[in-house]
Amino acid sequence: MNDLHTVVLVTGVLGLLLVATAVGQFLARRSDRGVDQGAVRAFNQRLRGWWIMGGLLAVAFWLGVTATVTLFGLVSFWALREFITLTPTRRGDHRALFWVFVLFTPVHYVLVAYNRYDVFSVFLPVYATLFVLARVAFTGDYTRFLERTAKIQAGLVVCVYCVSFAPALLQLPTGTTAPGSGNFRLLFFLILLVQFSDAMQHVWSRLIGRRLVAEEVSSNRTWEGLLGSATSTALLAAALWWAAPPYEPWQAALAGFVIALLGFAGGMTMAAIKRDRGVKDHGTLVVGHGGVLDRIDSLCFAAPVFYHLTLAVSRAAATPLTGG
Amino acid sequence: MLSPADITAQSRPAPEGVATRSVRSPVCRAAGLTLAAMARLLSGASARWIASQPDTCQRVYFANHTSHLDALVVWASLPQPVRELTRPVAAKDYWSRGMLRRWLAEEVFDALLIDRTDIKVHQSPVDLMLREIGTTKSLIVFPEGSRSVTGEVGEFKSGLYYLAKKRPDIELVPVHIDNLNRVLPRGEFLPVPLLSCISFGPPMWLERDEMKADFLSRARRAVLALKE
Repeated sequence: MNDLHTVVLVTGVLGLLLVATAVGQFLARRSDRGVDQGAVRAFNQRLRGWWIMGGLLAVAFWLGVTATVTLFGLVSFWALREFITLTPTRRGDHRALFWVFVLFTPVHYVLVAYNRYDVFSVFLPVYATLFVLARVAFTGDYTRFLERTAKIQAGLVVCVYCVSFAPALLQLPTGTTAPGSGNFRLLFFLILLVQFSDAMQHVWSRLIGRRLVAEEVSSNRTWEGLLGSATSTALLAAALWWAAPPYEPWQAALAGFVIALLGFAGGMTMAAIKRDRGVKDHGTLVVGHGGVLDRIDSLCFAAPVFYHLTLAVSRAAATPLTGG
Repeated sequence: MLSPADITAQSRPAPEGVATRSVRSPVCRAAGLTLAAMARLLSGASARWIASQPDTCQRVYFANHTSHLDALVVWASLPQPVRELTRPVAAKDYWSRGMLRRWLAEEVFDALLIDRTDIKVHQSPVDLMLREIGTTKSLIVFPEGSRSVTGEVGEFKSGLYYLAKKRPDIELVPVHIDNLNRVLPRGEFLPVPLLSCISFGPPMWLERDEMKADFLSRARRAVLALKE
């Protein structure tokens, strides 16, 4: 990982974080200047989240592929705990849930670690689904059967399956070269863009937000925020195209645009689930548990699409188009 | 009428060495720390102290009963110095079955096992509890007597009242256990690692001239109030 691209990327992000932290601390210390202290606190809280996230990622990257996959596996496991805790389940779901937690989630991540795309791409959406349906049926409790099994299924797909595409990027063959440090940059690129689009969405909604997307679900996500964030993320992605190996600048811009749209969709989805359960922001049905799910909702939706986009882009790069 | 001090003196156990256990072996201590950490990790339990502080003074923690894990997880949620002095009251029929369970209950988390099927008049559980805790230990009790199936908090049995009456100096701390019944429901063997929450409320005491039924319903409301 000692190549120039990685050094520039890491130094740049570290520098930005340092500057932002300095500004945040500066603003937090002057309460007299009519700055919105609530916004400053939210900003500083978000920065703290980024420091933690960046630190964990740095350590995992340094330790290698297995450690990074394990880190994402633990994040998935914790997010699934939050998801199922948030969702009402019945006694009849207990044994299906047990296997979902102790068997399906870990095995899925082992398959990701061994890069068995042919197996892990169907393991949860097909086999885990069939198992959950059958196991719940075997308990004899048929009350709201489809509703209950769908909840477990949704939790598995969003918290485990989708998130796992982020570390799967590490072993994606990008063009001619074998997977290497470029893949770590790809993963970092994805996470950076997801976080950036999330922050931009808030900024644009605050600056020019007028039309809410769905007031009942989220009171601060606007169409202006969505478009502004997608455009800014596309620009940043285009500027950073050199960091993501198979991408050309225009492809990177497209990827940034798509990541922002999906991140937004993920945020809306999580907001809808929380609203349904009567939990407000940074949801805690069980008090005292800050949301891992809140942190990764955008990543859940963006990761699989970015994975397949990268796959398509690197295939196109490997077989140059022969003009018709 | 007797003053509280008289009552305390009367009910305090005479025999030496019953109340204070001999110093536990390092193996058991290490196992205790490991067990507490595992219980917290598995149950995802976060402890909240609401208008209340952890303290090593003598207390009776009384909680709603939802799962076999209750005694273990409440015990594990206490800070380590408090945990050392706190003994959960647990059902003998469950915790003395099998070598591992018995070892865990007796040596590691130092449970006070009560035989629910064999309660005699002259050997009531309350007297046994008071004798065992002496003047230093605290207790974790479940006044509902048995685990609720629905997750609702049932009526409290009178044991808590007699504890409070015989030892008015002990602080009674309400504890609410949330979501642990989904981690290990009644009749299940394998736990699902969801998240749970243990809330500790402000200490209460038996009021002067308070009737048994009033006290028990006040105690039950104190537990329910922590639910929010």
